[in-house]
Parts: sequence; structure tokens; C-alpha cells
Amino acid sequence: MRLEYFELVDKIEELNLSEGRILVRGNVPAASPVFEGHFPGHPLVPGVLFVEFMAQASGWILLSKLNFEKMGFLASVKEAKMRNFVQPSTPLLAEAVIEHEGSGYGVTKCKVRKEDGTPVADASITLRIMAFPSS
Amino acid sequence: MASTTFDTVANIIAETCDIPREQITPESHAIDDLGIDSLDFLDIAFAIDKAFGIKLPLEQWTAEVNDGKATTEQYFVLKNLAERIDGLVAAKGA
Repeated sequence: MRLEYFELVDKIEELNLSEGRILVRGNVPAASPVFEGHFPGHPLVPGVLFVEFMAQASGWILLSKLNFEKMGFLASVKEAKMRNFVQPSTPLLAEAVIEHEGSGYGVTKCKVRKEDGTPVADASITLRIMAFPSS
Repeated sequence: MASTTFDTVANIIAETCDIPREQITPESHAIDDLGIDSLDFLDIAFAIDKAFGIKLPLEQWTAEVNDGKATTEQYFVLKNLAERIDGLVAAKGA
């Protein structure tokens, strides 16, 4: 992960298109400018980055299902819960499962956890599916 | 059939967008009269898709409106939307 660049997905661990499920890894770095402010002397990953991590995992599974012809843009986040603190140098896993593929949008159920299974965050994510911005 | 479909859609809109149910009539235009924006309509579409087991063709409808081949009234006046839903449900069962 490079938190300050919002590059949160380091690796796709599992991808199952028939199940509409993806598992991605993101390793929280030991140091980041983000930790200088959040919080001084007590570095913790901001909860909004867990939301972004789940949104990016959702984006990858929808991108894969759409054969990389369109992409998802975060439209809404529902029932987001931050369940545990995460400190620097923590490997994280995010799972996104497609709940519904609509016309022009997708809805996923997402969870973030630590490698030992400790729950970190979960949410229902809606992505608007659109053409790539450059096209 | 259409009235049942309309009631379901109206209830979904009322719950999703926090609009008093009595303000929602078959003649209501989702955008012009009820002020529903595209983001809220995603939630409504999701609820309709789930409730009726269909996939509202929003991309197709949007393209038709943008291309001048259809008016928003054809899709977003609620009695018309209910008719479209009934058609999609019938086509699914055919």
C-alpha cells in the first residue's frame, strides 16, 4: 500500500468470476505521511482508507467481470463499520463479493480483515459502471 | 397488475428517498416531480431489481433519452415505469 497515493491493492490473491468474488491483499507500510497526522505518536490507518480499500477490491472484481471494458466509480457506501484499529506494518486482506450486477451499476458486500482473521471493516458498496475516463 | 407494481415501486421510492408516500402518484415523474437524482435512482433500481427479479435496463434507457429516441416521461413517469417493469417480469417468465 502507498496510502498517500491511494494505492491500496498490492496483489490479487483470489479471483472467482463465476462466484463474483475477489480477495486482495494490501500491506500497510511501516511509515507514511498519513501517520504523521493520524495520529501524532499513535499511528493508525484512517477508517476512510478501509472504505477505499473495499471500493478498490469491488472495482477489480467488476472490472474483471466487465472484461476491462468499463470501470466502476464509487457511488455509495452503506452500513460501513470499522471494527478494529490497524497499525503500521499490518498485512490486510479485502474480500468483495458481487451482490448484484445491475445495468450501469454493481453492488458488493465487502470485508477487510487481518491475516489472522481479525475483522477490520465491512460495508455494502455501490459502484457506478461507466466508460474509462480517457475514452 | 400495474397497480400492484406501482405500489411496490412507490413504497421503494418512499423508503429509499424519504419521500412521503402520499406524494407519490402514478403520474409522478421521478426526476421532475419527486426530485430523484441519478444516485438515488441507483438505489431504487437495486431495490426494484431485487423485488421483481429483473434487471432494469438503465443504460439502454439513458442512451435512448440522450440520443433523442425516447423521452424521460416514457421511463420515469411512475405508471410508465410500472408498465416497463411488468413487461420485464413477463419477458422473464416467457
